[in-house]
Amino acid sequence: MDIVFQTWPWYVSGFLIGLIMLCLIYFGKSFGMSSNLRSMCTIMGAGKRTAFFDFDWKEQRWNLVVVAGAMLGGFVAVNFMSDPSNVDINPKTIEQLAHFGIDAPNGKLVPDALFGNAVFQSLKGILILLVGGLLIGFGTRYAGGCTSGHAISGLSNLQVPSLKAVIGFFIGGLIMAYFIFPLIF
Amino acid sequence: MKVLKYLLVGFVFGIVLTKSEAVSWYRIYEMFQFQSFHMYGIIMVAIGTGIIGIQIIKRNNIKDIKGLPIEIADKEPGSIRYWVGGILFGLGWALVGACPGPIYILLGAGFWSILIVLFGALFGTYLYGVFKDKLPH
Repeated sequence: MDIVFQTWPWYVSGFLIGLIMLCLIYFGKSFGMSSNLRSMCTIMGAGKRTAFFDFDWKEQRWNLVVVAGAMLGGFVAVNFMSDPSNVDINPKTIEQLAHFGIDAPNGKLVPDALFGNAVFQSLKGILILLVGGLLIGFGTRYAGGCTSGHAISGLSNLQVPSLKAVIGFFIGGLIMAYFIFPLIF
Repeated sequence: MKVLKYLLVGFVFGIVLTKSEAVSWYRIYEMFQFQSFHMYGIIMVAIGTGIIGIQIIKRNNIKDIKGLPIEIADKEPGSIRYWVGGILFGLGWALVGACPGPIYILLGAGFWSILIVLFGALFGTYLYGVFKDKLPH
């Protein structure tokens, strides 16, 4: 039963993600995770004051069910399918992170330095997560999609706008990784 | 069954993204440092599978589950929104190591601090909605 606990190889995972997108197309829908953020804003009443949120979110209910399923999947995979051998990243990466005071994975998906519960008591820690989220929410809606909507769905359908967005994702990501991240840590 | 199939697709998505470690902050950091092929492999195989699947659908006029023709809408033409929005998203993605899918998945897995990221993402989405008409697209 190694396959349950091991890290799944990229070719298996990539293939399954491609199939998930095709599955949603077959259901007459599309694969896009960030649109759910808009639906959630609408559910919380944002449509009363802002036209962008004044839409029938019930048409997007199926997508919120996908989110619920994904949360359940995450719960099962982390609690019942994990192993200390997981997240076996490049030793060079671990060394680099140690310089920034970020703990090595040792089977964990996310570092305690950024996501441990101690973060709730640190203004810097809260601000990092909040600003990161803000950039993700604003950026995906401005660009009209995220990794699922543009990188996977859009590029699979050979869309030039998606290529621009994905190149943008990597420009932004590299600026953060090489220039801003070392300033923060 | 109508709802169940979406729950099932989401469930598989959550498992695959966790088991492939695409939800891991470490994997995203490693990707942007070009220190592993893992994430690039996942993205490229997913796109390759998608391209082949969509070509099969288009060339054979495959119908959807309700028997209706499958039409995949083209993305709106434009440039500024894709470049600027993309870069802003990329900055956030590399900082917190999660895109929207993994935000939900990690929350389901019980990483409570992700709630702060989700709150930020909802607020960011809201700000876009408010300023949409003033932004160049």
